[in-house]
Amino acid sequence: MSVLIDKKTKIIVQGFTGKMGSFHAEEMIKYGTNVVGGVTPGKGGMKHLNLPVFNTVKEAVKNTGASASILFVPPAFAADSAMEAADAGIKTCVAIVDGIPSHDMIKIKRYMRRYSRTEKMTLVGPNCAGVISPGKAMLGIMPGHIYKEGKIGIIGRSGTLGYEAAQQLKNLNIGVSTSVGIGGDPINGSSFKDILEKFEEDDETEAVLMIGEIGGPQEVAAGKFAKENMKKPVIAYIAGLTAPKGRVMGHAGAIVSAYGESAVEKVELLKECGVIISKNPSVMGETVKSALNSKT
Amino acid sequence: MDIHEYQAKKILSGFGVTIPRGGIAYSPENAENKARELGGSKWVVKAQVHSGARGKAGGIIICNSSLEVAQAADKLLGKKLVTNQTGPEGKITNRVYIEEATDIKKELYLGLVFDRSSESIMVVASTEGGMSVEEISKKKPETIIRSKIEVAVGMQKFQAREIAFGLKIEPNLIARAADTIIGCYRAFSELDATMVEVNPLVISNQDQILALDCKMSFDNNALFRRNQVSELRDKTQENPNEVYASDRGLNYVSLDGNIGNIINGAGLAMASMDMIKLAGGEPANFLDVGGGATPEKIVKAFKLISMDEKVKVILVNIFAGINRCDWVAEGIVQALEKIEIKVPIVIRLAGTNVEKGNKILKESKIKYIEANTLEDAANKAVKALGN
Repeated sequence: MSVLIDKKTKIIVQGFTGKMGSFHAEEMIKYGTNVVGGVTPGKGGMKHLNLPVFNTVKEAVKNTGASASILFVPPAFAADSAMEAADAGIKTCVAIVDGIPSHDMIKIKRYMRRYSRTEKMTLVGPNCAGVISPGKAMLGIMPGHIYKEGKIGIIGRSGTLGYEAAQQLKNLNIGVSTSVGIGGDPINGSSFKDILEKFEEDDETEAVLMIGEIGGPQEVAAGKFAKENMKKPVIAYIAGLTAPKGRVMGHAGAIVSAYGESAVEKVELLKECGVIISKNPSVMGETVKSALNSKT
Repeated sequence: MDIHEYQAKKILSGFGVTIPRGGIAYSPENAENKARELGGSKWVVKAQVHSGARGKAGGIIICNSSLEVAQAADKLLGKKLVTNQTGPEGKITNRVYIEEATDIKKELYLGLVFDRSSESIMVVASTEGGMSVEEISKKKPETIIRSKIEVAVGMQKFQAREIAFGLKIEPNLIARAADTIIGCYRAFSELDATMVEVNPLVISNQDQILALDCKMSFDNNALFRRNQVSELRDKTQENPNEVYASDRGLNYVSLDGNIGNIINGAGLAMASMDMIKLAGGEPANFLDVGGGATPEKIVKAFKLISMDEKVKVILVNIFAGINRCDWVAEGIVQALEKIEIKVPIVIRLAGTNVEKGNKILKESKIKYIEANTLEDAANKAVKALGN
């Protein structure tokens, strides 16, 4: 098992015929992902990478049975595309794009409230590297070869820091069930807690590595969830010990504006929740390893 | 993006918020004329810099004659104002705002921000205006009123009324106060703001409700659709290296240490800075060249770091994904052929084609220290400081 996607998941690419969409669709297909087509309004009926192109997501879903999508549309149109996916019955949508206005993100999330819990799409991102279930499927832009197939769930805001973690695990011969990049924006589709919930239910995930950073309440909320609802160990690293207060550190969401949002405070609050802390970013792999050893 | 007080006031006044009469001036003569135009016998001259706490720093001067207005403008213009928010280097005052003085009966606080927990817009208000919101929450937390606004339907009149009554505003002024609060909300929501702060919001002796000072910040990601906002950007209020970086698509924050950083990805950048600190060093900057880390971006990044005189060692940490290490290495070699760097450089490459990348670096003529892991890179960078 894995969360969100597996080998069979049928995937469409929104913004399929563009440069980014084409490049990453090819990479995903090479990895073995079941890409069944794509959407570019006005280019319906064409073939692209030997796959059908549709005008609307609804048409694509109807004709291919796709249940997941990935967005490669410019930030100004991304909210519209995400809502279109939700409305067409897509279950998992990954938004890679960086630069969606916060007001648009709030709009998407309000729009999705019309669906019941079981029908609601899981939006991952924006401003993220996407989702990979190693050996099965890749719905993202990461280098697939650095991930070993295995039993650790990874949730992280940053793309490259997530790669760093995957490589540290691989060097210790530890694999990953699914890695989910939730992105660096202040308002995002899925929170750490949303994905933790999925990992707790997943039979093949044994422990979860959470890679957080300064800013916002999500890491601590996830810690509280883990304390109350999880049996699996959660290991966390929080980036940004040296970040000054009130400055945005690259990710729009990485800004300390209230108590509990600095790296030091988050680490303290997570410890109180029983989360195992990786004390620095070079020992994320080792911390996971020792958590697994003490578990058995 | 931040804007000046007078710009924020003009925006809010367009949404029905009453502001004191005033005008902007670029010279003492200009200021004196503005004061005469406004009339009256008492004015306030306010330094327009992107910072709060200007009053305590001497940036706000009360004047009783147009001559005093000219003198105040002369004192402020062209000088750097150092407040507790600007850092020791301060910010340059290139314009002053001349405003008629207000007879204040009551000072209130009104702020609007994004609430990340509820993913809605939160109004924060208090009867204790004039203090910073941090100070209010320390000294008078019981006075703070919070109201969450459902963005799908916008702020309702009853919500604005509740806030106004909570601020103990007299019944005859409630409707006016509610309009003011709704005006601030509309400005926030219609212009893609991330913060609107009116502090103080005052009730005058003439029973007017006025925004006496205000601050607005906007979502950089939404500037593409807010031309009237983006043209208000004042680069003189930003760190020059940060302006240079943002104009070239780099994410850069200047810091106080001496180890310069070039890293791809914001999270990895923060993590590398943490490692530098743990190794006993201090980062001179945060610099994210983007996940892609194209050779062009790497050249620009080296140029930017070479402009910072504090930097005694440069640490390059690139985790290549779709971009390959060999491609990144070529970018580094190109950059170092073009730009002369006199300080030691530590380079750590990881990810796709790392062997090829390291081979290119080794076979080139550039002088550098190779590192294999994040920890190794940070330790070598700190060690290189001593050489």
